[in-house]
This record gives sequence, C-alpha cells and structure tokens, in this order.
Amino acid sequence: MNDALDVALRLLVVFVVFLTLPLIVGQTEHKVMAHMQGRLGPMYAGGFHGWAQLVADGVKFAQKEDIVPAGADRRIFQLAPAVALLPYLLVLLAVPVGPGEGAVGQVLDAGIFFVLAVMGVGVLGSLMAGWASANKFSLLGGLRTAAQLLAYELPMLLTAASVAMAAGTVSLPGIVDAFEWWWLPWQIVGGIVFFVAGLAELQRPPFDMPVADSEIIFGAYTEYTGLRFALFLLAEYAGIVVLCGLTTVLFLGGWHGPWGADGLGWVWTLLKAAVLAFVVIWLRVTYPRLREDQLQKLSWTLLIPLSLAQIALTGVVKVVIR
Amino acid sequence: MSLAGAPQGFLSPTGVEIAFLLVGLVTFGAALVTVTTRQLVHAALWLVVALGGLAVEYLLLTAEFIAWVQVLIYVGSVVVLLLFGLMLTKAPIGRSPDADSGNRWAALTVAVAAATALIWVVVDAFRATWIDLDGPAAGSTEVTGASLFQNWVLPFEALSVLLLAALVGAIVLSRKAKTDSSSPLANSRTATESSRLITKSDEDSGSPSSGPKGRGGRSERVEANKRDDRGGPAAQEGAR
Repeated sequence: MNDALDVALRLLVVFVVFLTLPLIVGQTEHKVMAHMQGRLGPMYAGGFHGWAQLVADGVKFAQKEDIVPAGADRRIFQLAPAVALLPYLLVLLAVPVGPGEGAVGQVLDAGIFFVLAVMGVGVLGSLMAGWASANKFSLLGGLRTAAQLLAYELPMLLTAASVAMAAGTVSLPGIVDAFEWWWLPWQIVGGIVFFVAGLAELQRPPFDMPVADSEIIFGAYTEYTGLRFALFLLAEYAGIVVLCGLTTVLFLGGWHGPWGADGLGWVWTLLKAAVLAFVVIWLRVTYPRLREDQLQKLSWTLLIPLSLAQIALTGVVKVVIR
Repeated sequence: MSLAGAPQGFLSPTGVEIAFLLVGLVTFGAALVTVTTRQLVHAALWLVVALGGLAVEYLLLTAEFIAWVQVLIYVGSVVVLLLFGLMLTKAPIGRSPDADSGNRWAALTVAVAAATALIWVVVDAFRATWIDLDGPAAGSTEVTGASLFQNWVLPFEALSVLLLAALVGAIVLSRKAKTDSSSPLANSRTATESSRLITKSDEDSGSPSSGPKGRGGRSERVEANKRDDRGGPAAQEGAR
C-alpha cells in the first residue's frame, strides 16, 4: 500500500509539473519577447502584469468548436495531438531534479536511451497531423518535420553518447552523480550541439521551417482548432522544459553548484533550466528563420562533425586520465 | 537466466507471463493489420504499434536497454523515414485501390517458412530457460554491454563494417547521380517539363473520390479557396 501511495504521489507531482512549467515558460516568453521588442506584452488578464494570460487562452481554446476537416483521416487526425504530447510527459518522469531517489519520478537503468527514444516518438504526432489533415500546407509541414528530425536526431544521440562515455553510465542520475566541474569545458561543444539539435527537434525558431507561418500557414497544425491545437502548443512548451532539463542534467551538472548541493540541489537544477529556457526565448527573438537547405546543411556539415569530434575528444581524455 | 529444474509450470502463470502473452497477441495482430491493410499510412502506423509492442516484450524480459534502442531506432527513425517516403508518394487518404500484389501467396509462403524456422530455432535454443525476474536484471545495460563487447565482439564489428559499407555505398550512389547529369540547366528543364506532365495527367484523371486523386483534389480546392480570399480585395481595388 505504501509503495502504491509513493508511486501515485510521484506521478501526481510529475503531472502537476508537466501542467505548470510549460505555462510558466509560455508566460515568460510572452513577457520577455515583449520587452525585447519594446512592448509590454499581456497586461490585463489576472490583474498583475497579465499573469493569467495563458489561463485565459486555455479557457478560450476549450470553448472553441473542435473541427475535423471533411476530407481528413478522422481517427489519425484526432489521435495526433495525444501522440505529440504524451511522450514529453513520459520523459519528464525520468529527469532527475535533485540527488537521491526522492527527486526523480522513476530511476531508469538506461535513462538516456529512454529519454531520447521517447522524445523521437513525439515527432510522429506532427507527421500524423501533417498527413491526416488532407491539406497541402499540412503535408509540406509534415515533410519538413520528418526531414528535420532525421537530420537532427543523429547529432543529439552522438553528443548524449559522449556524456555517457564520460560518466561511464547511461542512467541520468548516475551521470549527474559522476559530474565534475571540469566537465563543463570538456563537454561544452557537445552541450551546444545537443541544445541546438534539441531546438531543431522542437521546431523552435530559428528552426521553425516546418511551421513557417509566412509560407505554409502553420505547417502540420494548420487544420487544428480548439483544444487539439492547444495540445500541440502545450507539447511545444513541454518540449522546451524537457530539453532545458535534459541539457542541464547532461551537460551542466544538474544539482551541482558552488554551494547548497545537499538540501537545495533542486534549486540549482531549476535555475539552470530556467536560464536555458530564457536562452531558447532569446534565440527566437534574435535569429531569422533558417531556410530548409540551410537547416540540413547546418546539421550534416557542422553539427554531426562537431559531435563526432566531441566523441573522439571524450574518448581520448577518458583513456588518458584513467 | 538459469536452466530451471522443476517449479515453473505453464498452468499457473504469473502476472508477467499473462502480460507477456497479451502484449504478444497485440503485437501479432498489429503486424497482421500492417501487411493486410490497404491504407498505406495506416500500415506504417500499425507498424509503430507492432514495434512498440515488441519493445514492451523486451521490457518484460528485463532487457531494458534493447527495448529503448528498439524504440529509438525503429519507431523514432525507421518509421519516420517510412512516413517521409510515403508523404512523397501520392498515397491517398483512405484505401489505395492498387495496394495489392500478385505475389501475395508467394509472400505468405516465405513469411510462414521464415516464421517457422525462427520459432523452431528459438524454441529449440531456449526450451527450458527461465528468467529470474526477482534477481539482478539479466538484460540491464551493463550486462548487455559486457556480453556484447566480451563474447560477441567479432559479429558486432563485422556488422559495423557492413553498415559502413552501406553508408559509403549510399554516398557513392547519390554522388554518381549528380555527375551524370550533363548540364544543370537542361536537367532542370526536363524536370519542370515532366512535373508539368504529371500535373496535367493529374487534372485529367477521374473524379475527386477516385483513389490517388482524392487527396490532390481536396487540397487543390483548399488552395483555390485561399486564392479567392486573397484575390478578393485585390480584385476590388482593380475595379476601383
């Protein structure tokens, strides 16, 4: 009974985090973008600086009619948002926030593989949406999504493998446990490649060619309305949370910090993830969208060679210090 | 794993065994639908279910590492590649009338023969082997890695050389196609001409409800609507 309670409590906590953190990131994005562009952003909903804007958005989405196009493949069309969103919920289960058993949803032996595998499944949602909508823009969006995933999955895997080599384990808590401060310069190239590839996998600007609104409306999500559309948006922001959390855990040392690693480790994790989330927003405001060929070129001619070099470096250092 | 002497019997299955059987049935069913459905993209998605079911079976056999690699490679990459390929074709929404092959009996024979051979080999090899689920995981990353790089290094390396050869071959093939085309201008011209031909025949072919046309017809209508929307104000301005 105690075990069941423990499991239920963990699931509940992860679920609450899954529902709140993406909204916080979204609200931060509203405000940060606005201030970077010399605007105020949402100011009215909720009273204080528009804090309830996304709640209001959610209510609005829930009220909208759920439309399925007449020519669409009904069941696939309706299933797609769930396929896009659920993987991120599962991934969140495995990301450790603090040291010890208590601060991770579920300790997995092959944590890195679980996380990357399940994140890859999320893209199937976009592909299903793109194909099932019976719309040219959606189909183009789906095609671009697939091409982007194929290009960026590889550097992500390679750099994650580099960290796993450095730590000598593929479990996420194990990797953070093995972290030393000098890993930061050692794995910095891998970290940047991982982060950039993750951004591309989430289709965040400047890698948002699959949803480029000025040419293909909203890519695979063009035909969606109401709650299902909101689920796709939530998947994007949950993806940001997961990516920032993972980069923190793999490359920035998770709960390690100059002080307070014992009791307040989770603060460090959240702080680092928050800084990364800010960078994600910053990049969106700063860079123009990459063209499709530039996207592919960046991955195949820059990121993959860099990640291979990182693996070689990791291997050499690992052998030397042993 | 241990060779069991007596206690395990088939008549008093544990929860894990029941789950294993049920997931196996789901996987088998999904695989059957994959090869029999006439909706191409549905076939690819049922393949996801089949491969995912296989991953769950690995998990139930405590082979966690293999399970996640299965999801990563097959569901995450191979199926995405398949869907990418399907999106480049004219696969319609709904049934493809021509998604059938005259080789169905030959294919069935080969499939049954392969399945028989595999089942025979597996049953013969693991006849009385039971996995002790309560002990240390027999398929954890550490155990898998150790056995892979201690006992099975040669096959592993041979496979990697094979994959490297395939990789190099793919690069060589794609480069050769590039040098074959004499001048880029002529090449692009033929491309546009042939695509024009395709669109023409597309417009000629039957009603919107007929197979491959279905999708194109619908989306063309969508685009026509969009064009109307945009054309509206411009036309008004012209009139003014």
